[in-house]
Amino acid sequence: MEKIAENRTWQMFAPYVDRMDYVAAVSNGLGYCLAVEKLLGVEAPPRAQAVRVILTELNRIASHLLWLGTHALDIGAITPLFYCMRERELILNIYEKYCGARLTTHAFRIGGLQYETYDGFEKEVLHFCDIFEKKIDEYEELLTGNRIWQQRLKGVGILTAADCKEYGVTGPMLRAAGVKWDLRKAQPYSGYEKYEFEIPTGQNGDTYDRYLVRMQEMRQSVRIVRQAVSDIPAGPIMAKVGKVIKPPVGEAYVSIEAPKGELGYYVVSDGSTQPYRVRIRPPSFVNLQALDRMCRGALVADVVAIIGTTDIVLGEVDR
Amino acid sequence: MKELLRRIFLVDLIEGLRVTFRHQHPKQIVTEQYPFERPKIGERYRGAPRLNINPENGDTLCICCDLCALACPEQLIVVGWERNPETRKKELVTFTYDISRCMFCGLCEDACPVDALELTQDFEMASYTREGAILDRQTLEQGLLPTQYRW
Repeated sequence: MEKIAENRTWQMFAPYVDRMDYVAAVSNGLGYCLAVEKLLGVEAPPRAQAVRVILTELNRIASHLLWLGTHALDIGAITPLFYCMRERELILNIYEKYCGARLTTHAFRIGGLQYETYDGFEKEVLHFCDIFEKKIDEYEELLTGNRIWQQRLKGVGILTAADCKEYGVTGPMLRAAGVKWDLRKAQPYSGYEKYEFEIPTGQNGDTYDRYLVRMQEMRQSVRIVRQAVSDIPAGPIMAKVGKVIKPPVGEAYVSIEAPKGELGYYVVSDGSTQPYRVRIRPPSFVNLQALDRMCRGALVADVVAIIGTTDIVLGEVDR
Repeated sequence: MKELLRRIFLVDLIEGLRVTFRHQHPKQIVTEQYPFERPKIGERYRGAPRLNINPENGDTLCICCDLCALACPEQLIVVGWERNPETRKKELVTFTYDISRCMFCGLCEDACPVDALELTQDFEMASYTREGAILDRQTLEQGLLPTQYRW
């Protein structure tokens, strides 16, 4: 992936980043666009930013839903998978209507958006929020209080805050260890400072805490989406960017809070139409390093739970 | 004691099953019976490519500017054109589009200045051979047809 970037123009590489973390393609695209925009010194217009926030937060929900379904499936609860997929389908339908693809979306362009929102976009997103809030309660009803679920997860794969910092683990895994660190709050991008939300944290850093943190994160995402949808500013959706993108010589690093953790893009330009270097810091790859520490002293059966809870996507590990 | 009673009366199990049975209601069924029931596809869906023609006289809309071929990250579009010696205008001769390598990013569609190349809602693009995935001008203008076999 990083090598491919060196043989493509800046715009051409945008669809490739969707292939890294294919369950959260929109977040990947946002990170890349923000990095190139920083290099160019432009900022997306407010309307584009609001739509970007809505789509990335929906993507966070979609990613967490897929995680929840497969994680529960690994532990042995088969039912939640179908329910999670059903709700994820609603999000994917919104994507399909908005940008024409369900998974590898290529929703954002450098400098803003390519597509204007379709008719009834706000209504559909709000409709999803209404449905989804009830559904989270249902998942929790099925899993949170479940005795088997608790026995399989509590105290398994403990990763303390110190360990997390040592390994560079980010995202929900870090927050489950009790560290209140979220890039959306710590260094707001794309207008996240305008929205009210909380950073859910856990105490023990075990698998159960990570589960709870992700569930809370979905609720917070719904909250952000509601705020963003109710107030999408009018105006253009594309900043003034030429057809041929030629960033000045220089480098930029932008990191965003992807569903799995800190997703960073380090882009270097030599002044031509092609990137000189695109280095990607993927959250899955870094979080996977902690697997060894978490598995020490655990049963083989617990390893399944631990891998499930790190929420890795291998497309991103080997990007 | 309370824990024991919960275990004896299988309270957890019943609670879980209540959710399951609630979703058995016919209204809750969301499965699509695909070949019999056609899916509703978004208007902006990026599927099989199509080369638009002028509906009145059947001429191609393509002006052979080669922008789509330049915009494509996979370089899978080849535009073959000839300059007409009389009118000094470019005329489209061949147009190949290799969907086996296409990732449907839509950059070619965005690049086209005359909306000649378009990604349509057609999503059934399977073919029996690798060569079948390389679309020529005729297929692109007509749209993809299912492979017919003589029995």
